[in-house]
Amino acid sequence: MIDSVERAEGTPEQPQPYHELGLKPEEYQRIRDILGRRPTSSELAMYSVMWSEHCSYKSSKVHLRQFSELPHSDALLVGMGENAGVVDIGSGYAVTFKIESHNHPSYVEPYQGAATGIGGIVRDILTMGARPVAVMDPLRFGPADAPDTQRVLPGVVAGIGGYGNCLGLPNIGGEVVFDDGYLGNPLVNALCVGVMRHQDIRLAKASGPGNLVVLFGARTGGDGIGGVSVLASETFAAGGPARRPSVQVGDPFTEKVLIECCLEIFAADLVVGIQDLGGAGLSCATTELSSAGSGGMHVVLDRVPLRDQTLAPEEILMSESQERMCAVVRPSDVDGFMEICARWDVTATVIGEVNDSGRLTIDWRAERIVDVAPRTVAHDGPVYQRPRARPSDLDNLLADDPGRLPRPSTPEELRSLLLRMIASPNLCDKTWVTEQYDRYVQGNTVLAQPEDAGVLRIDEHTGLGVAVATDGNGRFTRLDPYAGAQLALAEAYRNVATTGARPLAVTNCLNFGSPEDPAVMWQFAEAVRGLADGCRTLGLPVTGGNVSFYNQTGAAAINPTPVIGVLGVIADVGRRTPMALGSVPDEVVLLLGETRPDFGGSEWAWSEHHHLGGRPPTVDLERERALAGILIAASEQGLLSAAHDLSDGGLAQVLVECCLRGDVGAHVELTGDPFEALFAESAGRVLVALPRERVPRLADICRAHAVPVTQIGAVQFDPVLTVAGQFDVPLAELRAAFTGTLPALFGTPQHRE
Amino acid sequence: MKIGVVTFPGSLDDRDAQRAVRLAGGEPVALWHGDEDLRGVEAVILPGGFSYGDYLRCGAIARFAPVMQSIIDRAGQGLPVLGICNGFQILCESHLLPGALTRNVHLHFRNRDQLLRVENASTEWTGAFEPDAEIVVPVKNGEGCFVAAPGELDRLEGEGRVVVRYAGGNPNGSVRDIAGICNERGNVVGLMPHPEHAVETLTGPSTDGLGFFTSVLTAAVS
Repeated sequence: MIDSVERAEGTPEQPQPYHELGLKPEEYQRIRDILGRRPTSSELAMYSVMWSEHCSYKSSKVHLRQFSELPHSDALLVGMGENAGVVDIGSGYAVTFKIESHNHPSYVEPYQGAATGIGGIVRDILTMGARPVAVMDPLRFGPADAPDTQRVLPGVVAGIGGYGNCLGLPNIGGEVVFDDGYLGNPLVNALCVGVMRHQDIRLAKASGPGNLVVLFGARTGGDGIGGVSVLASETFAAGGPARRPSVQVGDPFTEKVLIECCLEIFAADLVVGIQDLGGAGLSCATTELSSAGSGGMHVVLDRVPLRDQTLAPEEILMSESQERMCAVVRPSDVDGFMEICARWDVTATVIGEVNDSGRLTIDWRAERIVDVAPRTVAHDGPVYQRPRARPSDLDNLLADDPGRLPRPSTPEELRSLLLRMIASPNLCDKTWVTEQYDRYVQGNTVLAQPEDAGVLRIDEHTGLGVAVATDGNGRFTRLDPYAGAQLALAEAYRNVATTGARPLAVTNCLNFGSPEDPAVMWQFAEAVRGLADGCRTLGLPVTGGNVSFYNQTGAAAINPTPVIGVLGVIADVGRRTPMALGSVPDEVVLLLGETRPDFGGSEWAWSEHHHLGGRPPTVDLERERALAGILIAASEQGLLSAAHDLSDGGLAQVLVECCLRGDVGAHVELTGDPFEALFAESAGRVLVALPRERVPRLADICRAHAVPVTQIGAVQFDPVLTVAGQFDVPLAELRAAFTGTLPALFGTPQHRE
Repeated sequence: MKIGVVTFPGSLDDRDAQRAVRLAGGEPVALWHGDEDLRGVEAVILPGGFSYGDYLRCGAIARFAPVMQSIIDRAGQGLPVLGICNGFQILCESHLLPGALTRNVHLHFRNRDQLLRVENASTEWTGAFEPDAEIVVPVKNGEGCFVAAPGELDRLEGEGRVVVRYAGGNPNGSVRDIAGICNERGNVVGLMPHPEHAVETLTGPSTDGLGFFTSVLTAAVS
């Protein structure tokens, strides 16, 4: 029997499985109060999924407000609240970018979880009216040698490649990090960048009574329904569909065709509003579109094209089948719209109509199954001020200073430490991962991993381009969430500036444990406050992002891991600064910034001693701003031949990476304690290289910005990294150590020479 | 000179191939898979990508596209045709070239800058190279492992129809390090590497890929 509105009115006492759908008793009561009756099962399904943590941000909302309260930025064309923020990069171009998580599905089913993570973020970008032009993937896994990592990592990487490569999106950067806490809780974040002209920006709203609602793309199936199956089994006790897989299955070919189809539709100006179908599927799209527009919509659910004719209406409303979009189209434009869809073999169906009734009404088999004020579903979900408490173990952690750990005491020990460090899973070469991604497609990739930031050409004639970097450090954030979030922001900001681009905007993916744990909630609140304050100091707007809670197994939460994405603009990508040494004669190497004995939360403490304690490095955002000013000015004046930011693993790591990238040796002389000089992780430092005769000009810029600069060495003809008075390591030995780790762990592809 | 670049549903490097034609001095013309009309082009490029999602087999569906019927006919009359990656797969499925492209031996998609040796510098698409020239061009494929019957391979070798060979490591397990082959007449060439991604120093590992596009322009003039 169909659980219609009429039936719901007549059976107020019928028990409903709100608990199984994740609603609290008071939330269920609130739905009853809003409707003035019990919800139908379809309405209950819609409220339950839209009021879930994932869709409603009910635990994070009170904190995230700080991002929208940041000072106005002229660069921001569309701010938070839409599918993705949009930034003005000049010359009439706008860029949209956003990062999202797909952590839980990727643990359950690594390939499809990661693949549909790409698919979802790409549709968000497309929905804004933009052509998606690149993706990036910050990834975090359990220990590299853990059996489950052997299952999760190869699947995730293959899924990202399988989906992203097939969409024709270059993968230009990201991270691969291993840490015990991510065992059972891998973090699979995905960032997408899109480009459009200013006038092409589209918004998710259903305006204009009489306009038609068109569902297009893939047919709706039974995937990604998850818990809502309980409703269906209650409603159709006998002969109903079996329990469905909760992870969606992606089809990148359908999405690629959908992208091209949408871009043609946009170019012909045939949509009034558009929304992709992601989490919460049609429930989300219809309620968000109507509440942002004229306020009402009527949908005939029978018209939704199905893959599986046995689906119940609740399931159709909830289905998270991929590669679907919902557009609002003027009646006079429907023929043109359908023509473009037919050209691309995209299924498109008019499923409803916009009205100004203030109600979203949905019919199924000629009965009314939904009659709600859409705003109550989409925006008036519960908001919680969750209790927060500083973790009880934090004082002990902070007091456990890494100064007590044994350090290398001889040049020989220092040399073998260097070789061990560059071979450690977090610091080693990530080619095993990144060569499974296409970085060339679209022909505009100027820099890609392992460079500091991905750099894309936007305009072939002027060379206008953008740079994007993502960074996060769960260990720093565990020790001090406020500082940890700012360190992640500072690193992404520095990475963008290192290429010569001017940072413009921030997106974030906040990966945390359970918000019901006061200690996690404290970490979250501190991290958000740190990030908001940091953005204020750097003068950057937050354009959007994503919160992922419940990344924990049992009582153990992951290290709090805000992953920060920064986007910058560069007027001419021809002057981007790469990381490889050796491109110019008589090249000298200088260090910008100051080194202090910062080992709290460092890679050295972790990989050598499995130690996490002490204080993370001090973050000085004014100094970061000054440093960025130097890097941008030096790039504009064409001074630098190479630059590379110092972060995990310190100076030693950067020297090795810059030498190997350029296949040249370097000779450096260090002052002070050589171990601290090589491995400390003080923030605000960048290695730069340039022809010797330009050094005075760089020194002038550094003086003007009040940032210390030290000449530490030069590129040398011999293929050897020399640390004067300490040790020499031939490049071949460095390369063998740096590149051997991941193939040894995850399999060496055979060659037929 | 007009050079057509076909777009199938799922083509990815079509605009890149158009850019390469433009940078080489030619006039790129977009051709649509569903349209038999070749719009007066004097050469055709089948670009990389995943036509029809690589469903069934890579290139197996694209081979039946209306535009392919025209291309197959005209290729028999000498029209220069270059298939890159998915385009190479389509040419094999169309029987314009022998052999087949199968899953890489290591089963991974692989994107790297690849050293290649040009073994036949007299095809319509390789005339601009010196014989035995070593060039660097990106490879990026999941199903780029070239296979053919032993007799067919000997014939290809004997007739000088191995156009390009992998050097400095074989990225996908192709037999005899074969990266590209041509038909008997030398007007149809299939390449697994992507020359259209080696046409600008800013975005590619080299500009060695330009030679494939200038070759056909020069061939047309002479």
